[in-house]
Amino acid sequence: MTERTQPLLAADGTPLKRSIQRSLRRQKIEAFLLVAPLLAFVLVTFVAPIADMLFRSVENQIVAQTLPETAEALKAWDPERSEVPGEAVFAALAADMKTAVKNKTHTRLGSRLNYEKTGVASLFRKSGRRIKKWDLAEDAPFKEKFLDLDKKWGDPELWQLLKLYSPAYTSGYFLNAVDLKQTPAGFEPRAESEQIYILLFQRTLFMSLAITLMCLLLGYPVAFLLSHLPTRTSNLLMILVLLPFWTSLLVRTSAWKVLLQQEGVINDILVTIGFLGDADRLQLINNQTGTIVAMTHILLPFMILPLYSVMRTIPPSYVRAAKSLGANDLTAFAKVYFPQSVPGIGAGSILVFILAIGYYITPELVGGTTGTFISNRIAYHISSSLNWGLAAALGSILLVAVLVLYYAYDRIVGIDNVKLG
Amino acid sequence: MSLPVCATPLQRAWYYGFRVICGLIFFFLIAPILVIIPLSFNAQDFFTFTKEMLNFDPAGYSLKHYRDFFTNSDWQIAVRNSFKIAPAATLLSVAFGTLAAIGLSQPHVPFRRAIMAILISPMIVPLIISAAGMYFFYSRIGLQGQYIGVVLAHAALGIPFVIITVTATLVGFDKSLVRASANLGAGPMTTFFKIQMPLILPGVVSGGLFAFITSFDEVVVVLFVGSAGQKTLPWQMFTGLREQISPTILAVATILVAISIALLTTVELLRRRSERLRGVTPS
Repeated sequence: MTERTQPLLAADGTPLKRSIQRSLRRQKIEAFLLVAPLLAFVLVTFVAPIADMLFRSVENQIVAQTLPETAEALKAWDPERSEVPGEAVFAALAADMKTAVKNKTHTRLGSRLNYEKTGVASLFRKSGRRIKKWDLAEDAPFKEKFLDLDKKWGDPELWQLLKLYSPAYTSGYFLNAVDLKQTPAGFEPRAESEQIYILLFQRTLFMSLAITLMCLLLGYPVAFLLSHLPTRTSNLLMILVLLPFWTSLLVRTSAWKVLLQQEGVINDILVTIGFLGDADRLQLINNQTGTIVAMTHILLPFMILPLYSVMRTIPPSYVRAAKSLGANDLTAFAKVYFPQSVPGIGAGSILVFILAIGYYITPELVGGTTGTFISNRIAYHISSSLNWGLAAALGSILLVAVLVLYYAYDRIVGIDNVKLG
Repeated sequence: MSLPVCATPLQRAWYYGFRVICGLIFFFLIAPILVIIPLSFNAQDFFTFTKEMLNFDPAGYSLKHYRDFFTNSDWQIAVRNSFKIAPAATLLSVAFGTLAAIGLSQPHVPFRRAIMAILISPMIVPLIISAAGMYFFYSRIGLQGQYIGVVLAHAALGIPFVIITVTATLVGFDKSLVRASANLGAGPMTTFFKIQMPLILPGVVSGGLFAFITSFDEVVVVLFVGSAGQKTLPWQMFTGLREQISPTILAVATILVAISIALLTTVELLRRRSERLRGVTPS
């Protein structure tokens, strides 16, 4: 045969290869069109807010916006020399402050800078009232007037701070979140009394690990028992695991609050059986004990369910084989059964740890001051101290930690293998 | 795991010991939830059993905390808000989620893994971070403190559950049924509503239940995205627990436990139905 074989043709006369490609492409587009509405929805309602928060952790327009000319004038000033800047900067400041006072934005800037250096808020408030009466044309030079007004204006540190926060983006919030601060000389640890975040991150990690460990210790035997009982019995007992899982989080937290109080059920029982005197009731709540106990209870089903689904797939004949080859119960468990249950341990532990590390409600209600997590601090900065940039920076660090764990979980378990109920 | 006939005393001890340990863990799981039920009928404003209650004296019990719940306007407004927000959020997440799950279960989806990761992320990202982000972002676009803002936020949180349950049902879905229906002349819409939808309905419903309970039980996001006008039941419980514990909370908690028992039963029945439909004997 010298002639080239004709390409295979589909029914409509187009080459089969192209026809398949076209239909494949159409399938892809169809599938994507089904997913697209949801993807757009999640991007707008969920991903964009998170991105916005990440942006807030480095955004810092407030100095440049409130005091634009001062920020410009400060560019020429060398913070290393630790001198108060010259008249030009003060003149710019006077002009900026007058506008700021008119727009009432100077107090906001003051309270923002107060996060970095205490006393700035009151300085700005106080100066604002006086500067309002100044005349920009006649009252020059301003340097003396500012120093008369308050000698804090003669503090080089204040000017270093202003210069540091003049650019539109800052690493200041992130540094603050890890207890560092930026000085002209570089990064420095904050004063010891201000170092709270590293400790808080450590505590969050430590308590999440403790909770994960407790869940594993309590969940393993239960999952083991459930996977070995006849189906009928295990389904019945499973209800005892699923009921807490389905019960409102706030119900469970209030239950623990009621149980653990000093006048609560557990202390009452201990007093009644004579284990404790009425005077020395245990402090079980508003501390780490409260958080660990309540969260172990809340997250335990998240450990039991993955463990159970893995253990159900372990063939019992392996353990029997090990025993018939002369292994005793303990060896058979340690060498044969346990290694096969490790995937379940990994899945359950990562899941519990991810959920624990970001918990807010339970630590807030039963944690007191020593049992709170980083989440509680983030909430505090959003709703009480209004230091949103710092809240965003703390949140970003937490988010990165969770995403790393999420990636690990996806690798080990596969995110679409999550089972519910 | 039955006890061998020729078990040594040590094995026997371990066998029963292990069961006792497991019993204690089950007790730990269930007791806190059960304890609050009798306490909610306390005639006193105490959080512990009074002498009268322990002696089963009828005077020790009363329905006054329930009466307070049903007459107090704060609680009633909160209940109404919860029942306004949760169904709307559920509807949104089920509608979008089911479509997307069907799309994702097709054999050729570009960037399947990445899309899945994004869609599941609302379940994984700590609530406080979602809440903070939504608070900032929704304030910018004027949705903060609005009913619609809370609904959108809760819908986003419910979506992973719908995706997971519906995808799980679709795994066992026989594609040839769709082809057969198309072969017999049904259009895509008819095929979807007459063939596919009834078969994946159990998954959709249980996904919807998850989405509903997520919204109904959610407090962190609503605290930040909502304002006093969107105060939900969990919000009222949360502030109640934080500021002053009123015993009414125990009555509310008991009602919620009853609701969760009902939900648990529903989901279990749905699961069995779906397994039966797939030809698996229900376990």
